[in-house]
Amino acid sequence: MTVKDAMEVLGARVLVGEEHLDREVRSACGSDMMSDVLAFSKDHSILLTGLCNPQVIRTAEMLDIVCIIFVRGKKPDETILEMAKERDLVVLETGHRMFSSCGLLYQAGLDGGAF
Amino acid sequence: MADVITLSYEISPDDFTRAGEASSDVKSKLKQLGVSPEAIRKVSIAMYEGEINMVIHAKGGKITVEISPESIVMILADRGPGIPDVEKAMQAGWSTAPDEVRSLGFGAGMGLPNMKKYSDEMEVQTELGVGTTVTMVVKI
Repeated sequence: MTVKDAMEVLGARVLVGEEHLDREVRSACGSDMMSDVLAFSKDHSILLTGLCNPQVIRTAEMLDIVCIIFVRGKKPDETILEMAKERDLVVLETGHRMFSSCGLLYQAGLDGGAF
Repeated sequence: MADVITLSYEISPDDFTRAGEASSDVKSKLKQLGVSPEAIRKVSIAMYEGEINMVIHAKGGKITVEISPESIVMILADRGPGIPDVEKAMQAGWSTAPDEVRSLGFGAGMGLPNMKKYSDEMEVQTELGVGTTVTMVVKI
């Protein structure tokens, strides 16, 4: 699916990267622990998190994550959004909680990557 | 790139916001050099975890990266407390990080395991009260 599809599934709002919504995503990873994300994330991934600090952006950068989705209505500050812009990331925000967000995306055909 | 390129970074302690800047710089330099995406991914993750560890557990330190046509060698030397039980620290999930670090998204006990997972060779030299040096090699 594309980032735009994921956005529609979650009723999410774009905070950064409106011009990249046609990018393809193949899997997703949901966690507030960045070390777990670093351990398990795959290529062309979405990162779902409720953690709001600059290390979320850096983690995404190291893993070439396509799109970050902040769940539970978390609002990253300007510094974080600016960092995301510099790295060409798409940042979305949804009011859904982590479990529901992951469930909805999974149901829509996104996979967690092989175990 | 016939010669060895050496990069070095001073990692400042207690500046969690800036942690990862060195890894970010190495990643962009490797891209410029045309290193394969797979090797870049391994170096980025391994070094970033190491850099975070230096900020969380040690009083900062120095990272040296040597890029040759065959491999990328990362040497992370800190002046921290040392690791009392390396074997335990290597177990996934084992963590001594304080709660404040966990609230920042780290300290899940995956740091050293991730560093080992994403490097082709890793060596940990540590002395209590003196510091720790982790050497990681990623083959190109």
